[in-house]
Order: sequence, then C-alpha cells, then structure tokens
Amino acid sequence: MKIEKKRSDLFIMAIFTIVILSMPVWLSPLGANYPDLLQKFAIFGIFAIGYNILFGLTGYLSFGHAIFIGVGSYTAVWSFKLLSMNVLPAIVFGTLFAGIIAALVGYVSLRRSGIYFSILTLAFAQMFYNLAYSVLTPLTNGETGLTIAAGDPRVLDRLFSDVATGGGLPSTELFGISMSGYSGFYFTAVLLILAFFISLKIFNSPFGLKLKAIKSNQHRMKYTGYNTRPYLVTAFIISGMFAGLAGSLMAVTDPLAGAERMQWTASGEVVLMTILGGVGTLYGPLLGVAIIKYLENIFSAVNEATLHGFFSFLPQWLNDTMVVVVSPFVGEGWHLTLGLMFMIVVIFLPGGVTEGFQKIKNRFTKNKEQEKLKQGGE
Amino acid sequence: MSENTKDQNTISRRDMLKTSAALAAAPMFFTKGAYAKDFTNNPGNSSTVTLGFNVPQTGAYADEGADELRAFKLAVKHLNGEGDGGMMNTMKPMNLTGNGILGKKVTYVTGDTQTKSDAARASAKRMIEKDNVIMFSGGSSSGVAIAVQSLAQEAGVIFMAGLTHSNDTTGKDKRRYGFRHFFNAKMTGSALGPVLKEEMGTNRNAYHLTSDYTWGWTQEESIRETTEGLGWNTTAAVKTPVGAGDFSQFITPILNSGADTLILNHYGKDMINSLTQSVQFGLRDKLVNGKQFEIIVPLYSRLMAQGAGKNLQGILGTTNWDWQLKDEGSKAFVKSFGTEYGFPPSMAAHTCYVQTLLYANACENAGTFYPPEVIRQLEGFKFDGMGNGATEYRAEDHQCFKDVLVVRGKQNPSTQFDLLDIVKEVPRAQVEYDASIFGGNLGPYKV
Repeated sequence: MKIEKKRSDLFIMAIFTIVILSMPVWLSPLGANYPDLLQKFAIFGIFAIGYNILFGLTGYLSFGHAIFIGVGSYTAVWSFKLLSMNVLPAIVFGTLFAGIIAALVGYVSLRRSGIYFSILTLAFAQMFYNLAYSVLTPLTNGETGLTIAAGDPRVLDRLFSDVATGGGLPSTELFGISMSGYSGFYFTAVLLILAFFISLKIFNSPFGLKLKAIKSNQHRMKYTGYNTRPYLVTAFIISGMFAGLAGSLMAVTDPLAGAERMQWTASGEVVLMTILGGVGTLYGPLLGVAIIKYLENIFSAVNEATLHGFFSFLPQWLNDTMVVVVSPFVGEGWHLTLGLMFMIVVIFLPGGVTEGFQKIKNRFTKNKEQEKLKQGGE
Repeated sequence: MSENTKDQNTISRRDMLKTSAALAAAPMFFTKGAYAKDFTNNPGNSSTVTLGFNVPQTGAYADEGADELRAFKLAVKHLNGEGDGGMMNTMKPMNLTGNGILGKKVTYVTGDTQTKSDAARASAKRMIEKDNVIMFSGGSSSGVAIAVQSLAQEAGVIFMAGLTHSNDTTGKDKRRYGFRHFFNAKMTGSALGPVLKEEMGTNRNAYHLTSDYTWGWTQEESIRETTEGLGWNTTAAVKTPVGAGDFSQFITPILNSGADTLILNHYGKDMINSLTQSVQFGLRDKLVNGKQFEIIVPLYSRLMAQGAGKNLQGILGTTNWDWQLKDEGSKAFVKSFGTEYGFPPSMAAHTCYVQTLLYANACENAGTFYPPEVIRQLEGFKFDGMGNGATEYRAEDHQCFKDVLVVRGKQNPSTQFDLLDIVKEVPRAQVEYDASIFGGNLGPYKV
C-alpha cells in the first residue's frame, strides 16, 4: 500500500513536470504562448497552491493573502536595489520576510475562526494596503510604485564586479541568465514544480491529515486532546511564504512593485481561482489560475475588429449580429464572462472545474462497470 | 556607444571596452530562441505592421481612455488612406502617403491599463511579446506612462506617450524610447502664472489638494513654484488617494484654514468629484479676508468639464488643445473626428492622434522601422499644422514644445460641448525651460 502510494506520487510529479515544462508547446494554439503570460501562470500557480494549503485543507478563508504577495515584491525589489540583481537573495528574503509577516498576521487572526477570521484578514489586508499606498511612501514609493534605479547601491554586485554604468538599467539575472522572457518562465516553472511537490507532501503527511481534521470538525479534534492553533498558524505561515515567493517572483520577472498588488481585490482573486478550480484538490487551484489569467490577458484584448475576423466565415448580417452579441463579453467586459463562469461553476459544480472532470471520469468508468456487470451476467 | 556617455570627451578606450563587453554579455530580451532578429518585432517582409494602443478602459480615467482609443482608430484609418485624411492634409513637413507606414498596412491591438502600473505593464508586455507591436501608445496616468516607458526601453520598442502631464515623464524618468507630445505641469505653471496674477493679485493663501502619485506631486510642485513666485502663500498641501470618490473629509478642513484659494491637483473623475463637492460645501460663495474664494484646476479637459457641469463655470485652468481652435490642423481633425463619431474630440484624443501620425512620419523619414533611426528622426523634429502652431520635439528630453492654452469654464455654454473659453494662447517661448533642471538620463539608443 505504502509503496504504491509513493509510486503514484512519483507518477503525479512526473506528469506534472512534463505538463508544466511543455506549456509553451501546448499553449500555442490557444494564443497564450508568450513569456509574460507563461510567467504569470507559474507565479499565480505558486500563489494558489500555497493558498490552497490554508483554505483547501483547513477551510479557513483568508482575504488577506495579497499582503504577502506585496511584502514579497517589495522585499525583492529592495534586494535588487541594495544587494544584487541576482534573483536568489531576492526570492530568499522575499519568502522569509513574507513568512515573518504571516506569523504576525496569522497569530492575531487565527484567534478567531469562520467569518470572524475572514474579516480580520480583510482588515489586515486593507491596513497593509494603506500602509504601502500612503503611510510608508519612503519605503514603497506609494502609488507610483517602487522601481530600481541606475544609482542604487547594489553592494554585492559592486563587491564582485566592476559594474558597467551608462548601459541603462541593469536587469534581473540568475548567474548571468536573464530572468525575463522564456528563461524567466523556466525559472518560475521549476519553482512551481517544487512548490507543487511540497504541497503534495503536505497533503499526504500526518500534518496534512491534522489540517483536514480541523476542517471537518475542529471541536472534536480539540476534545481528543489536540491543540489546533499551532497547526493552523503553521499552515498560515506556509501559505504566506508561498505567497511571498510568488510576490518576489513577480518582481524577478519585472522589477517593479506597486501597492495595487496588495489591494483586497488581489486577495479576492486567489479565492476565486481556488474555488473555480476546486478547493482542497491538488491541481484544482492551478486550473483556476489558468482560466482566470487566460481570460484576463487574452479575452480582455479581444476587440470588435478581432471579432469580425473571428466570425468572418459567416454572412455579413450574421457576422454583425454575432459581434454585437458577443462584444459585451470580451475586451473590457471580460469580467462579465468571468462572473458568469463563476456562477455556473458554483451552482452546478460546487467542487470546481475539478469536480466537472471527476464527473466525466465517473460517467465513463460507471459505463465500463455496468458493461462488466452485463458481461458477467451473461 | 558614445551616446551613452554624457561627456563624450572623457570616453576612454577602457570605458569603451567595458561598456561594449557589458552590453554584449547582457542577454537579449524578448528574443525567441534561434530566430534572432536585428531588432525587436521587426516586421520584416510582412505586409502589415502592428501598433499597440494601451489605454485605461476601466477606472478613474476611463472616459479619457475611450476617447484616446477613438483617436487611435481614426489615425490608423487615415494612415491606411481611408477616410478624409484629417491632419494628414495639414501636417508639414510630412512624408506620409496614405499607404500605411513604409508601404505596410497598419493594424492595431488594444489593451486595458486599468490605470494600474501592473496591469498596464502586463498588457504592454502582451502587445510586445505576443502581438509583435512595433510601437505602442496610450496613457492617461503618468504613473502608468512612466512604468510602461521603462518597459519600452528594456524591450526596445518605442512608446509614444498619450495623456501624461507629470514632469517626471520627460524629466527624471525620461527614456530614449519614450516620447511625449502632451505638455507638462511645469508648462502649466508657467502659462497660468501671469493670468493668475492679473485676475487674483499677488496676495493670496493657496490650499492644495493633490492626487497622491507622480503627476500630483510634480504638478503641486510646479504650481507652488509659480504661485509662490507671485507672492502667494501656501497654507497647506494635502495628498489625496487616487480614485477616492468622496473628498468631503479633505474639503472640510479648508473651510477653517484661512485659505482663500483652492488648487485642485486632480484629474478625471477625481477632479469631477472633488470640484463638485467643494462647490457643494459652499467654498465658492465664501469671502475670506475680504476676498472672493477661488478654485483653480490647473489641468482640465472638455471631458471633465462635461462631467463637472455648472460647477466648472468660471474656473481657470490649462489644456493642451481644444477643439474650438481655429487653425487648419485643428479644424481638419475636428471635422474628421466629428464625421466619424458625431462629437468633437478631447485633448486626450488629439495628443494620441498626433503621436501616431508623428511616429508613422518618422518611420517614413527614416526609411526603416529600426528604432534607433526612428528615434533620431523624432529627436529635434520641427513640425506645424497639428493644432498647436509650430512645435518641436526637444532632443534632450523628448518633450514637445508648443503653445499652451489657458482656459476658463464657460458661463453660458451654447451646446453640451462648448464648455471652455480660451482666455489666452500662451506662446511657446513663455513655457520653455532648461532640459537639465529635472535631471534624468535618456539611456542608450540600442538595447
């Protein structure tokens, strides 16, 4: 039994690795094969995987995870400014610092559960957003956003090499490999695979089991003598660090940090992603990320001219009507499409898109079983 | 290489070697594997060329964004020889033929900046990486313009800024690949100064409400410099968040501050809200120190005047351009925009339209899409017939210099579009300044 489990873990990881690394190939027909979007898929994938460890396993709905994205981003940009354009210190500090902030926020918020916990995290999110937006302007550069400048100290870089000036702004790198474009995507993809592996291990560990127990009945667990809070705080910190990693990766692929990353809508987005894909499942959140980011980047760019092109096989009058009918749902109306989709999923597939796949799979296997029964009967 | 160094005399062989080595070592951006190109998004033998229009379609500046998009579409039409040609009949010198750009038909893609730096950069990256745009344009927020302008430099794709009024865009954050036709806060201050002196005297107490981002900061700075130069006193300067909606908490303290002038460094829906609320609080009916309380909105447009309605009547400000100008270029543009959409264009539309034509013309002049050549054509380019009289793209900071309009909200508008009185056309000489005062570095031609 145990060996079988291990083998299946290995199998899942192998499939996952192949799927992620071959994204540039199979996303091409969908028009989504360009570095920026691929990077976004991977980065938000990490974010959603981490979020799922808290929300999916323990059922604690946090509306404050954008805090850690923001903290990770700001820390990473400061690391670029002060230490080095190498991305390693940036992601290490980004993740650690987000973990520290997560410990603080988690310690306070997790004194309550249910709706009160959600509201507390929401309050923290708004507080941190306002701090970044106006109070801590010297640290965050407010609305304009924190960017790197040619005159930054970059102590480590200057220590090891004679930095050439005059060539414009330096770019982020990993020992000479540029972190934008496709190399940036592969870097984020490797981290996504690592993150997925950690999440898989947590799901299958005794720790994960305890988190699931908290979700199903926290009172009963307390009566059996478990103190649930340390487990909850740990889960919160882990998911906060995942978010911090994602935030620092945003800065890695594009060295800029803005307060809008910390807005509560950004926290809401990850909730949407998780629910849309399937709460508490391993790969559900990733599906949610793919759907939402795809809609946001591709659908929002479709305009009437593109639609006319798309429906050009139809006769003129039908073409025009189709464009009129469809255009509210694309371009700036992509939110409408997302909203409709979300409603459909929540009403018909409460377990997210993953549940849809499961249903389809069940139907097929059922048919087979029935066939087997029939055959057996004969 | 030598353009990189400020002082060309000091460039030594060693420096030269170092810089070349660093540039050669810097990995190429956005190139796709083996298909190495001579420059980003080279249209090559393709029969079309794609431009990217990245405008706010949602958020506080959405109205401006919508109008900008209309202007872009119109410009593409004219470039492809459709419609009546608009300013292509009046622009001079001009090499455009109505046959696309360099014989290639112009197509375009659009994006939503959401007035957020992150979203704007994501959208611009999509245009560059996926849609292979050769140039992108748009704006309405200086924060966004500055963010995408530095992206333009990294990617090696020219950015023709739309509406952005912060000094930083062509000041400390200027970039070799970024160009701005629109005027800026410094020029607003210089143009507004003499009119303020004439109408309100030299003894006033000003209270600023300022949008809390790069544009607000630089506008406040420039207006303060002007008014304090006139002898005015600045009572207080309060920063307000962008898109606040409700400004009453910021307006109440003004009533008892002893200030007799309110300067609103707000734009778009923010300005409409803050002005409307100021009027509702009775600021304009107040007498302070025996002087009538005045409100000044240093930058405003007809679109905002439409939103603010009666509240804007009699209020002074500046604009880049107005559809009621009587020169040939403006008339031609207003006519073709009007025929297309049924109403006159805003100044945001005007600047975007002009920027698109200017870029296309620079490509024709250069005979290539190769950005360093196109940039050299735009730098120092002098032109006329595009609505602001004789205009020049200053080479040192990529800022256009032209006449600035001081306007006042009209007391008795005859139509819903006839909302501004032009008080004064301030000649270009009066708003010019030294390019070096804001610092900044354009960066290299080749990236």
